[in-house]
Amino acid sequence: MTVYFLCAVLLTMGLYCLVAKKHIVKKVLGLCIMDYAVNLYFIIIGYKRGGIAPIIDAKMRPEMLERFVDPLPQALVLTSIVIGLGVLSLMVSMCIRIYEKHGTFDMSQISKLRG
Amino acid sequence: MNQQTGMTLIVKTVTDFVVGFIVLFGAYIVLYGHITPGGGFAGGVIIACAFILLMLAHGRDVAYSKLGERTASVLDSSGALAFLVIAWAGVAGGYFFLNILPKGTPFRLLSSGTILANNIAIGLKVSSSLFLVFAALAVFRKRSFRAFLEDDLS
Amino acid sequence: MGDIAPQLYTLLAFMVIGSIVAIETRNLLSAVISVSAVGFASSVAFLFLGAPDIAITQLVVEVLVLIILIRGTILLDNTAIETHRDTLAVVSSLIFFGLLLGFGAMIFGSRGFPAFGEPVMRVSNVYVQTGLPATFAANIVASIILDFRGYDTLGEATVLFVSILGALTLLRRDGRVRKGEVAAA
Repeated sequence: MTVYFLCAVLLTMGLYCLVAKKHIVKKVLGLCIMDYAVNLYFIIIGYKRGGIAPIIDAKMRPEMLERFVDPLPQALVLTSIVIGLGVLSLMVSMCIRIYEKHGTFDMSQISKLRG
Repeated sequence: MNQQTGMTLIVKTVTDFVVGFIVLFGAYIVLYGHITPGGGFAGGVIIACAFILLMLAHGRDVAYSKLGERTASVLDSSGALAFLVIAWAGVAGGYFFLNILPKGTPFRLLSSGTILANNIAIGLKVSSSLFLVFAALAVFRKRSFRAFLEDDLS
Repeated sequence: MGDIAPQLYTLLAFMVIGSIVAIETRNLLSAVISVSAVGFASSVAFLFLGAPDIAITQLVVEVLVLIILIRGTILLDNTAIETHRDTLAVVSSLIFFGLLLGFGAMIFGSRGFPAFGEPVMRVSNVYVQTGLPATFAANIVASIILDFRGYDTLGEATVLFVSILGALTLLRRDGRVRKGEVAAA
């Protein structure tokens, strides 16, 4: 149970970094940390005690199929990791454009309305 | 005058040796995705890393001569389109995404029907789109805020 | 083969410490490198948890994330913002910590939640037993993402396509020109 708790701690730290920091790139890093926490949580849920990876070998006996870890969360996390990469590239290009337009990364100055 | 772009001579020489092997390794992970761990996504990212290494070491023009911008864009779209075509071709057999190609014997390269074809399509798509994104980030000239202001007012 | 809990705790503690460093440091380059260290540690954790497919993907994606983050932002502005400690940050962190405790107690204290190491493999038993005879693929994860649940992979390919397209559009230098005009440099 402590393992799940540590995953939740990681998720909360990413959320804190996303909300409470003023630097835009720090917010992007907070989203990255939340990504890692969620993916790790999925794989931890699927772990079986004494389990082996779900890849069938040619010389495997049929009763070893019982020892496979859960392959379904791994399929979900595989797509999630690549989606995280695509979304990160979009966010970084947005950061670059914001810096070009406003000249700073500071969120408190960007969010002031300019008359 | 022989080193205008890119990195030093040592980095360029090592890159010339290594980049072919990285592409080969990425292609291996894509093609054998149904037997060993890996698959289209990991292999596609590895191939993209090979081209990014080429661009970092030699400069933008050498990398564009190996894989042009238009070619990468065409490969990207055709990879996604091939994935859709394979999925729709399953309708001819029964339902959407049915595995209709011949399945062969397990643990061989040419087995498991559409899984191999889908891995190749996804590998193509992921590698060329990530290369395009990095190329767009790399050629983005650094424009400071002052230069941006002067540009606007002139 | 045996119990992996000590290794997992060590790696998770390393990840928590790495993210604390990434959040609190003032130098932007250190923050980016700390986040990448967290990603590499999670790749090692995936290996311990019996997911080599995910470990390979996380490793190479982490390298690319590091390259994109460094290339995209470090060359523009390397200094962090000078922040003085404000009450909003302290209050929000206390609220988040309280939310964490409440969320954790609610979820992990409930009776139906599976313990660590005993997954509820109700659907996955079907996939594991019929994976090889139905699809002739030895890698069960590959047969899941491309045959049993191929529709999710189609959605993921679409999301990747659209996000890369968005990033390329944002970084475009010259805009669209009408007929007869000359494009601005």
